[in-house]
Amino acid sequence: MREIQVQQITDVVEKLCIEANQYLPEDVQCAIKNCRACEDWEIAQGVLDKIITNFEIAREEQVPICQDTGMACVFLEIGQDVHIVGGNLAEAVDEGVRRGYDKGYLRKSVVKDPVRRGNTGDNTPAMLYTEIVPGEQIKITVGPKGFGSENMSAIRMFKPSAGLQGIKDFILETVENAGPNPCPPMVVGVGIGGTFDKAALLAKKALMRPIDSSNEDPFYADLEKEMLEKINQLGIGPQGFGGKTTAIGLNIETLPTHIAGMPCAININCHVTRHKTEVI
Amino acid sequence: MEKHITLPLTKEVAETLHAGDTVYLTGTIYTSRDAGHKRMCEALARGEALPFDPTDATIYYVGPTPAKPGQVIGSAGPTTSGRMDAYAPTMMSVGARGMIGKGARLPEVVEAMKKYSGVYFGAIGGAGALLAKCIKRAELIAYEDLGAEALRKLYVEEMPLVVIIDSQGRNLYEEGRSAYLKEKQA
Repeated sequence: MREIQVQQITDVVEKLCIEANQYLPEDVQCAIKNCRACEDWEIAQGVLDKIITNFEIAREEQVPICQDTGMACVFLEIGQDVHIVGGNLAEAVDEGVRRGYDKGYLRKSVVKDPVRRGNTGDNTPAMLYTEIVPGEQIKITVGPKGFGSENMSAIRMFKPSAGLQGIKDFILETVENAGPNPCPPMVVGVGIGGTFDKAALLAKKALMRPIDSSNEDPFYADLEKEMLEKINQLGIGPQGFGGKTTAIGLNIETLPTHIAGMPCAININCHVTRHKTEVI
Repeated sequence: MEKHITLPLTKEVAETLHAGDTVYLTGTIYTSRDAGHKRMCEALARGEALPFDPTDATIYYVGPTPAKPGQVIGSAGPTTSGRMDAYAPTMMSVGARGMIGKGARLPEVVEAMKKYSGVYFGAIGGAGALLAKCIKRAELIAYEDLGAEALRKLYVEEMPLVVIIDSQGRNLYEEGRSAYLKEKQA
């Protein structure tokens, strides 16, 4: 048994909120640069150049890459031999978000009620996801999620007879429907299986996986490659102005599911696909 | 085509701009997004004046991050314009002409643009740090309680934009994509 003070969690969440918003992950930077090298449409090249300049300015001047500094999605993988002491875990995470968004000059984009609105003023509460895993450490990931892309996401409960083709069509339909709205080039997170809610969570987790990685199952690794290629034949292009680079990555995550169903969720992210992880 | 435009955006200037043009804007623009537009349209419905003169005005759909010490404004890229579609025709009916944002617009907005000679400019979504560089002055003018959504008056220099929809209703999202696909199939 290892004791971890909630204060330590607050400190890490604070730091990760700021860093995730200022530094684009290496894999995303590389993917954008690779796509720029392969892009042969003039207006698209210009857009990608500006996108690269933008994340470089953000890194050098320590300012947010994008003004939508997102809802703070916080993933905690908590070792089962950890005992959290010194306060309430959810409150500690929110305190980290509160401080990070204040000290990092990040935008406060959360309203306290979905219908009646009203800004909470400090970007809390965090969207908190906890998982109990073996070990005596806590892995903390902060993934600020912008809503221009979140709004273009979709979920569908397929009949099993829809098969692989149903999934493929749904991915293309969702990207087509998103068009220029989610700030393409986008990153596409696909969750297949589980239940209604688990499929959506898988899709979000797919966005947290490096985009230069592949699903461990060769069947889904091939599907990732195939669908990324098909998306990049749609012609939507960077910002929707036309071009090859509509998506810079596509990750698929799966779970077993019920004999009667085949849930599929697609979480869309923009080219500012941010996440930062630390283990304590 | 590359054009350098000084604001305000008159009808005459607006009508010379075409979908696909690269435009560098210089002058005064106003920021507003969902909550600000709702309030402005409610004020107009009550017969009240807007917090700024809408004649030939350009509105930037943006909610910036707070300015760090020494900064004019924080990161300031465009938000998705479609959420302002419910309000844009009303804003154009009282004289506003330019809109800066990103993403698709509804047919009724395009119709209003044709009627009032409006122009819809695209700024690069997600390039907030870069776009902040061309904002030289920022002043909060109304709705301070809305935080990031408060109304701001900005002075911009050579703000890099692309005309997405012009006053004739031509649309870069449709034309740019089909030109690319046609070229690839050829």
